[in-house]
Formats: sequence, structure tokens, C-alpha cells
Amino acid sequence: MNENWMALKELGENRMSAVGAVIIVFLVFVAFFAPYLAPHDPLKQNLGKRLLAPNGEYPFGTDELGRCIFSRVLYGTRISLEIGVVVVVITALVGTILGGVSGYCGGIVDEIIMRAVDIVLAFPSIILALVIAGLLGPGLFNVILALAVTHWPAYTRLVRGMTLSVKEKEFVEAARALRASSFYILRRHILPNCINPVIVLATLGIAHTIIFAAALSFLGLGIQPPTPEWGSMLKAGIPYLRSAPFLTFFPGIMIMITVLAFNFLGDGLRDTLDPRAKEMLMMRK
Amino acid sequence: MSLLRIEGLRVYFNARGRIVKANNGVDLDIRENEILGLIGETGCGKSILGRAIMGLLSENVEVGGRIIYKGENLLDLSEDRMRQIRGREIAMMLQNPSTSLNPVLTVGEQIAEVYRCHNDATREEAKRKASNMLELVGVDSKRMCEYPHQFSGGMKQRVMIAIGLALNPRILIADEPTTGLDSSMKNQVLDLMSELIRSRDMSMLLITHDLGVARRMCDRIAVMYAGELVEIAPAEKILSEPKHPYTQGLLDSLPRMGLKPIPGASPSLSSPPRGCKYNPRCRYKGDECSEKHPDMIRLGDSYVRCILYKNDKSKA
Amino acid sequence: MLKYVLKRFLLVFVVVLGVTVVTFSAMHFAPGDPAEMIAVARYGEDLTQGEIEWVRATEGLDAPVYIQYLRWLEHVLHLDLGKSQITYEDVLEEILTRFPATLVLAISSLILSLLIALPTGIISAIRKNTIVDNACMTGALLGVSMPNFWLGLLLIWLFSLSLGLLPSFGYGGIKHLILPTITLGTSMAAITTRLTRSSMLDVLNQDYIVMAKAKGLDARTILLKHALKNAMLPVITFVGLQLGFLLGGAVIVETIFAWPGIGKLLVDSIYARDFALVQGCVLFIAVIFALSNLAVDIIYAYLDPRIRYEKK
Repeated sequence: MNENWMALKELGENRMSAVGAVIIVFLVFVAFFAPYLAPHDPLKQNLGKRLLAPNGEYPFGTDELGRCIFSRVLYGTRISLEIGVVVVVITALVGTILGGVSGYCGGIVDEIIMRAVDIVLAFPSIILALVIAGLLGPGLFNVILALAVTHWPAYTRLVRGMTLSVKEKEFVEAARALRASSFYILRRHILPNCINPVIVLATLGIAHTIIFAAALSFLGLGIQPPTPEWGSMLKAGIPYLRSAPFLTFFPGIMIMITVLAFNFLGDGLRDTLDPRAKEMLMMRK
Repeated sequence: MSLLRIEGLRVYFNARGRIVKANNGVDLDIRENEILGLIGETGCGKSILGRAIMGLLSENVEVGGRIIYKGENLLDLSEDRMRQIRGREIAMMLQNPSTSLNPVLTVGEQIAEVYRCHNDATREEAKRKASNMLELVGVDSKRMCEYPHQFSGGMKQRVMIAIGLALNPRILIADEPTTGLDSSMKNQVLDLMSELIRSRDMSMLLITHDLGVARRMCDRIAVMYAGELVEIAPAEKILSEPKHPYTQGLLDSLPRMGLKPIPGASPSLSSPPRGCKYNPRCRYKGDECSEKHPDMIRLGDSYVRCILYKNDKSKA
Repeated sequence: MLKYVLKRFLLVFVVVLGVTVVTFSAMHFAPGDPAEMIAVARYGEDLTQGEIEWVRATEGLDAPVYIQYLRWLEHVLHLDLGKSQITYEDVLEEILTRFPATLVLAISSLILSLLIALPTGIISAIRKNTIVDNACMTGALLGVSMPNFWLGLLLIWLFSLSLGLLPSFGYGGIKHLILPTITLGTSMAAITTRLTRSSMLDVLNQDYIVMAKAKGLDARTILLKHALKNAMLPVITFVGLQLGFLLGGAVIVETIFAWPGIGKLLVDSIYARDFALVQGCVLFIAVIFALSNLAVDIIYAYLDPRIRYEKK
């Protein structure tokens, strides 16, 4: 455990990842306390006050239905973070287990899992997510499902690769000689080695997922209005791009800041923890 | 006659706030027509010495002392001047030919480019010379267009020799040239090197941890421990009557001498022991040993850094 | 190398087959009655049961799923992707009409991104940890974090609406190509820059670079001859992958700029619930993607001597 503390300290010294972590903490805070921080009800329409530029009462202005953009942006933090974390937790878990099983068992199990990975990766991920979300219909659950389906292969490939290389090492052979069960070996020896790169991948994955979710909503296939999701807010702002650009500016910049923060943190984690995750960007065999 | 004289070489690294003294006051000279062995454990600083001579140290180092070659201090020279010397006057064979050869260039090209760069040879000339060089080291010149991964370990080592000797340098620094080779291949490579070096009136600094290799090849041997030299002597003398306790320990640890390991662990180069660096492991350790750092004592044609010989200076 | 290529080819074939199964299943296991959805799209909400059943019969939706799949597969093998269930236009023809637009956008974005990314990445690597490096990397990080749909909107706002310099949508000439290319190209450039830099740094740390220096070679030769070739290998793979994505229709960018490519076609057909068209698009995109990946693999195998020439 000692080396983990040292790693954390080193991480703290890395300025960028420290900034990222601070921003994330701030965002989480906003997400939790949105109801207390928001000056207005994000869903409340006020047709008499449509498209007002940012002012004292409405810090980010009002949208096309008179709703407070600031409040909507705050609540949007909740949704984006929720989607990001849920998708990543699910895919990391499922993907890691599949990768471990695939790498350790080899043979036909490995072949099947790898073919499944290949098939998922045969589509550009946005297309796949689009089609799934489009077919299943709009809504939070469907978005999460669509994104999860596209993201698990990265973890599987990573963990499988690591499992394969660890599998050959002596301490695993020793454990096997002592008649330890496969499951035990997997749990005690192989998976702990994989945690670091998986953490890096997961952090960067949250960034990725948040953009993707916003993209889906932007295309009208994800979270629908009136729910305040940043991507769908962007979409709603398009017709007013000339007259009221603040409708698109604020949600856009929130997406960027959030994603930037996770990328900062993820990069820092990668530099500290493990350079292997870099190869996974390639997603080759 | 000294070709190259190292005086008081210090190479200090800064690793996360701690100073690692990889080379701490090394005095050594490489003479004409000799094969000088530099032996020591892994991590004692011998490869660093080789790189220091070639000017191949990484960025965050502090280098002190002098390395005199042909009247110039190599450590003071500009990068341009150093480049002229590298390969042509002093050449180096790096450890591990598998990683030292560029995987995307043909073997022939990696030899030929040395000619083109230093001699301004034309492509055809360079190719011809490279081809000759390959044959000289025992590789079929038809294999010039092949890539490093297509060669076996022994063959790659020969290619490294070809590269090193291409321009007939005066000094060749060979860093662990036989690691990873099986014993028959080892001997072949060593014999080849010996023959080529002798026939060209060159000198070689042979860096190795393998005493057997040193015994087979070297005229003189220098022993390094924890960043400093502890004994320098002609090969037969050092092997038959090692003076420094560490050298004795090294010889005792050979299989044919009984595989007796040296007790204790290698010292840390960032916080070495006080006084004589070997004292925690030395069987002759006395009180002064952990207080005073011994100087190099000259005994005729040998040098020892050990307080045991303080009074022998008068003999010789 | 031949063995390698054949193996990859076979893999592509198997994967594309899997893709067809997945595509087909996705369409047919989606919630809702396909016949009803098509009928609604064609005739509007006010339907009789008879109309729904008519659609079901004429579209062959009454047969068991696996029969439908086999029928569809047979058509596909004859290069017949069917007809749009709503407009009755031939699906393949629709797709092929749109493809050139996507191709044009893909190539121009790729060129732009390489023009930016390669020099930047290489210079950043050489001047590691200097101001230049830090500035470029921060820029790249910003580029990666910025959603490209937002960038597109910003560019439209700036160049179209405010400055009136460039058109904000449509497909016509170079002027129409500029903003979409910048949007797509810069996002790609951001990722590629980071990759180029890290690949270059990895290479510069290798022993063979030290060896090149030990031979007395000058910095320029070492960089261009020894380092670059090695550093470019992973970048080529990555860029190839990106090309695949682009050819799949830069869906979002095409939508924002109303660029009539495959991506926009796909999105429109999903909205319209035109199953045949969606199926056809997805299949086409997946096949193009697979083929371009295969092409990249082959190029890579050719360029990397370790794969091209087997060990003796």
C-alpha cells in the first residue's frame, strides 16, 4: 500500500492532474448540491422571459422557453457525471472480467470473446451507439446501454493482454502447482496487476463517455428535452445561434471543462501509474 | 604510451533529489595496442564510464574531471567536434545488439552509413566497404539487405563489431559484447574481436562482468566497485594474485574456485558507505576502513586502493 | 507476409459476417412492431390494422426471423440492399450517391489533421518539456476535450453568422468544405499530435538511437532516418483507424453542416425509422471500415520489416 501513497503524492505534484482533480471535486459538489445552488427551477418555463441575455437574475440568460440556463447547466452536471460514471463502472467491470477470463482460459472461450470484441469494434463507435440509441428510443437507460455496449472492448483487450503476459510468469505457475483454483489465481495474482492501467483507462473513459452522451443527445437520440442535458441544450440553441449565442456557449463550455478535467487527471494518472494504457489507444491486436 | 587518459572523472546523476555518484574520481588510461578490461558488478558504473568517454550521457548529469585524447579534453569539446571523433577515432559497441540495431533499416545500411557520414563516401563505395566489412566479421555479405531481426544473437553481435571497426578507430569500447550468447558463440565472437583488434594495432576497452571473458582477452584489467577503481594490474597478475579484497572475492566466486559468494549487498550509489566503499563486506576490515577513504596505491605496474598495502609502497 | 495478409483477410470476412448478423438482429429485436413503424412512417398515424398487415406481408416481415435474415443476406450478396421502406428508392443507390461527399470531407480533414499533427508532435518531442512542448500539448489537450459539435457551432457563429465569410451549410464548392474540414480536422489533429509526440519520445529513448549517435551521425540524420521511420509506425495505424471513422461518416459534423454524406443519411434514416436504409447504411459503413482497417494492416505489414520478412 505504501507505493500507492507515494504514487498519490507524485500525482499531486503533477500540476495538471491536480487541477483536474480539483475541478472534478468541484463538479461533483455542483452535481450533488444543484438543487441548492440553482437560483431557479430548471424545468420552469417562463414564456414572457425568453432569450434574455445574461443578467443579474439569470446569470447565463434564459433559453427559448424562458428557462434559466444557469440552473439547467448546473443540473446538467448531474446527468453527465452520472452517465459517465455509471457507464464506465459497468464497462470496466464487465470488460475486465471478460478480458481476464479470455486471457486466462484461452482456447475457444478466448476465441469467442475476441470475435465479439472484433465485431463491436468493426463499427465506428459512434455509429454503433447511434443505432442502438436510435432503435431503443430516447431516455437515460438506453443511452447508458448504447454507450456501454461500445466501450467494453477496450478494457477486455487491455486486461486480456496483461493476463496473457502475467500468465506465463513463475508465480502463477507456482500457484498452480499448489493446486490453487483458476478463479483464485485470477483474483489474487492477475487482476491486481491490471488495476492501474484500468484506472487510467476508466478515467479517460469518463471523459470520452461524457462527450459521447452529449453527442447522442445533440443528435436528438439520447436524453430528450426538457431534461437539462448539455448536449440537448446545444441542439436546442442552434436556431438561435445568431440572436442568442449564449444558449450554445454555456453548455458547450461546461462539456469542455468537465472533459478537460477528466483528461487532465487521466493523463496524470497514466504518467504516474502505467504507460501501458497508451497502447490501448491504438486498439490493435 | 597512453592513447586516452581519464583523470578524476566524476559522473553524478540527479535522481529525484538524490545524487547518484555513478563515477566518483576515476583515473585510468588506455594504452596503445592493448586490450584493457573493465570489470565489476552490474550497476557499478562501468557502462557509464564508457558512455562518458563517448559523450553519450543523458541530460541530467554533472560531469567533472578530464578525459584527454590527442591532447584535447573530450569533456570540453563541442558537439560538432565530438561527432567527428565518434565512430572514427573512438567507437563504441553498445550492450545488447537486439536493441542497439535499428529494426527498420537493413544491416548493410547501418554499416554503410558510417562510411558515408565520416568519409563522405559515395553510396556505391560505402556499400562495397560495408559488404567487405561484413565478410570480415564472418557474415555472408549477401545478407546485407536483411534486417536485424532476421539474424541470430551471435550474428547481430558480429554486425555490431563490423559497425564498430568500420572506420578503423584507434579505440574500440565494447560494452558487454557477449551477454546472451552461448559459450561456443561467445568464444567465436571474442576470438574474432581479438584478431581484428590486434591486426589493426587498435586498443580496446572491454567492459564486462564476466571474469572468464576478461581472462581470455585482456592485457590489463581494471576492477571497479561502487563507482571507483579499486585495482588495476596486468591480467595474469590480477588473476593469479589479486590484491584488493573485492577482486579476491570476485575470483573466489567463480565456479572453478568454489562459487563462494561475496557476503552482503552492493552498495547504494546515492548513499555509499563511509570510508572505503567495500568495508562492510571486507573480511580484512579494520578500524580505519570505515573512517578514511583509501587512495590508490601504486605497486610497480599495479594499483590497489586498499589500506592493506599502505606499507608495500616501498617495495617494487 | 502473405500468410499474415491472408489471415487478416479471413478475419475481416468473418467479422463482416458477424456484423450482418448483429445489424439484422438489432433492427428486428428493437422494441415495437417493425411493420407498424414502417406503416406509420409511410402513411401517418391514422392506420387501420389492414394497412399494417399489408406492410407486414409485402415487406416479408411475417416470415420467421432467421428466414428474413437469410433472404436479406442473399440479397446483400447480390449487392442488393433493398429499397427504402419509405421512399422506395434503391438503398445502395442512395448510399453510393452520398458516399463521394463523405469521401471528400474525410480526405480533406485527414490531410489537414496530418499537416498540423505531424510537425507539431515531432517538434514537441524533440523539444520535450520546453515552452513549445508545453504549449502544444496543452493545445492538443484542449482540442481533445472540446466536443467537435460545439467547435462546429462556434465556427459557424464566428465565420458565418458574424463575419459572413463562409456558408454555414450545404455542399457546393471549396467554400462549403472549409468549416466542416476545420471542425473535423482539428479534433483529429489534437489526438494525432499527442500520439505522434509519445511515439517519437518512445523511439528517441531507444538504444538504437544512442547507437546512431555513437557512430557519429548528425542530429538531422538521426531524426529523419533513424527515429522517424520507427515513430511513424504506430501513427500510421492510428491514422488508418481514423480514416475508417471518417469514412463511416463524420456523423455529427455532417449533421451540423448539412453535409450530404453517409453519416447524415444514417441519422436521417434513424429518425425516419427507415429500417432498410439504416441496415444498408450500417452494413456499408462497417464494410468500408473493415476494408480500410485491412488496408492499413497491409500497409503496416509492408512497412515494418519485422512483419514483412520472416525470421530466418
